[in-house]
Amino acid sequence: MSWLALIRPGDWLIMLLSAAAVGASIPVFWQGGLADRAIIRQEGKVFAEVDLKARKQYEVSGPLGTTLIAVEPGRARVVSDPSPRQYCVKQGWLMRPGEIAICAPNRVSVQIAGRTKVYDSISY
Amino acid sequence: MTRSVIELTVTAEDRRVAWLATAAVGLSLVDAAIPSPLPGVKPGLANIVTLVVLTRYGWGTAVWVSALRVLAGSLLLGFFLAPGFFLSLTGTTLSLLTLGLARHLPGRWFGPVSLSILAAFAHIGGQLLLARVWLIPHDGVFLLTPIFAAAALVFGTINGLIAAKLLAEPAPSDTPNV
Repeated sequence: MSWLALIRPGDWLIMLLSAAAVGASIPVFWQGGLADRAIIRQEGKVFAEVDLKARKQYEVSGPLGTTLIAVEPGRARVVSDPSPRQYCVKQGWLMRPGEIAICAPNRVSVQIAGRTKVYDSISY
Repeated sequence: MTRSVIELTVTAEDRRVAWLATAAVGLSLVDAAIPSPLPGVKPGLANIVTLVVLTRYGWGTAVWVSALRVLAGSLLLGFFLAPGFFLSLTGTTLSLLTLGLARHLPGRWFGPVSLSILAAFAHIGGQLLLARVWLIPHDGVFLLTPIFAAAALVFGTINGLIAAKLLAEPAPSDTPNV
């Protein structure tokens, strides 16, 4: 007997509904997942809050020079920075809420924010 | 000296429950031996037994078999009264309650596959809730929900199909000769 014959009509329905529920659960639970905004800080103060919708570049000046930040739909990164070790540039694209690239020597940072506030770590 | 004799009468029903629970415990052990990429993602093969028992012998027997399986399985695998035991117990309880409701679905339309998927979702749902409330009191636990839910759907379907296949065959004679 074939395995397919063991599945009754309602079973297909349940399977479809479940698959839909699993699909729907992804954005709900990984909403962190949908990056909404990028927060660019200069000297610890908010320089700009950008919606991650359009393609745009920002030039932020710090004590060492200019940090170039690129924003694209759903992601952002530091393109260039005068810092000696280039940590924030090497981090590449940031796309999950909570991710942050800090160019400490030039006192500039980019952080991704979602609908809810996400923590790096919590201790208790 | 008086000899006190406590006589336990063993009914055919008791023997059947014991045999079925043994089968379920055996499958639990197989389950535990299968490597898993993520704790909590397991095939749950023992649920095949639960589904067959539910359909053949009713909900009460299914509860007995499941309870014995959780107890004996945890003793054999060494996590009796450890967190894993309570996760297992919560998952099993919720899936049994779900099965208790779902078995009233019209059988012409909904077969073991439906029951299996619903039970799998109830199982993982219960475990996640217990984990959130007790073990990891942080919403981060729920980040795993889509993975667990997908696993529940896949393994629920497979187990349901196996149960349906077993149920399609004629019932065996009641218990093996003891």
